[in-house]
Amino acid sequence: MSEQLNYLKESASQTAGPYVHIGLAPGAAGFDIYKQELGWDIAGPNAKGERIRVEGRVIDGMGAPIKDVLLEVWQANAEGHHAHPEGGGPVEDGFRGWGRVITDFETGEWGFDTVKPGKTRGRNVGTQAPHLNFWIVARGINIGLNTRMYFDDEVEANAKDPVLNLIEWEHRRATLVAKRSERDGVLVYRFDITLQGEDETVFFDV
Amino acid sequence: MTTPGEFYQRDRSVHPPALTPNYKTSVARSPRYSLISLQNSVSEITGPVFGHNDIDAGDNDLLTNYAKAGESPIGERIILHGRVLDENVKPVPNTLVEVWQANAGGRYRHKKDTYLAPIEPNFGGCGRTLTDENGYYYFRTVKPGAYPWRNMVNNWRPAHVHVSVFGSSFVQRLITQCYFEGDPLIPICPIVQTIPDPDAIEQLTAKLDLKASIPLDTIAYRFDIVLRGRRSTLFENRLEGN
Ligand SMILES: [Fe+3]
Repeated sequence: MSEQLNYLKESASQTAGPYVHIGLAPGAAGFDIYKQELGWDIAGPNAKGERIRVEGRVIDGMGAPIKDVLLEVWQANAEGHHAHPEGGGPVEDGFRGWGRVITDFETGEWGFDTVKPGKTRGRNVGTQAPHLNFWIVARGINIGLNTRMYFDDEVEANAKDPVLNLIEWEHRRATLVAKRSERDGVLVYRFDITLQGEDETVFFDV
Repeated sequence: MTTPGEFYQRDRSVHPPALTPNYKTSVARSPRYSLISLQNSVSEITGPVFGHNDIDAGDNDLLTNYAKAGESPIGERIILHGRVLDENVKPVPNTLVEVWQANAGGRYRHKKDTYLAPIEPNFGGCGRTLTDENGYYYFRTVKPGAYPWRNMVNNWRPAHVHVSVFGSSFVQRLITQCYFEGDPLIPICPIVQTIPDPDAIEQLTAKLDLKASIPLDTIAYRFDIVLRGRRSTLFENRLEGN
């Protein structure tokens, strides 16, 4: 009966360290090596929907902005489809829905341009409110942190979102909701991520 | 609608916890509340797809991708190669593998690295490639040097190559480091030792692979990477209202 269970174990994570930019965004580290760097154009030129900018900082447990963090974002297009064989449907030519951004080394501010995603299908039934998936790595972060960003102008969808509703502490749900404003004709969503402390952002084990 | 097969729950016992006081930077950068566990939705099961249009053929050769024509970086010439597999022992094909490292003297080409060792003019220190249909990848590079870092005053990083892998899903996303067999700094490095499981450290240690070495030219190290595996859709249960 005793069957051979020949599963492997996942390789252990290690911190991306202070020089992550060399590998994943060398231009930002100060040198040109690749013909093209990946992840700076998230939506591509043909994406339909509302063009938005997302900005924020990542704050450490001392309340200081982290200046060497790297964030990756993963999202659906305006129709709620991901650019993936299991993504629910077709996407526009050039839409990858994945981005990579680093902070300004002096201020810790990061930002990227994309389109606002649509609702996506729920696990089995229903839908998920529009959201971006984030993955955050840096020196001092031993394993990448997963979180989600929702939109504060999606009150109704957010109220029904299965993931937001899973968070027992209602006041903590607000840590995942970005605030919309307009600046020089650009729609900006502000999303500060707090790694630790009273306002700690909700992180997920996905 | 069929429910896609989910990924196995991440086995956190092989990974470092967020808070590891001997690695001091983790203290202020570690969440204190528990992670909220999610069942996979479409946002987690999907992930970016890369192809040969995204990279250039020579991007995996760190001996030449930054060197002036006809020159090459100083250091021990190595081949770093292996396979990307998942927990089900299935190869992960066409996935993006990116690496970065210090030069043979232990210095990174990065404006924030001010270590005494010199920048090597013929070495950028980064590379990338896609695995083939069998999950196989390889890089040509120099063996990185050990370097000191500010943690305790006399901490030295073992020789290591930073490795980033995607898989086919955003939940498989992984950054790790590859160490080299026989390095006496491995057991005393506070970053390596954030990993609680000795077997997991062993798994991050590349092994000398003499057979893959090129005689009188380049020595080889073998480094296999394992990403999370996925349940088969066959045995999926559908839970109502979930
Ligand atoms: Fe390093």
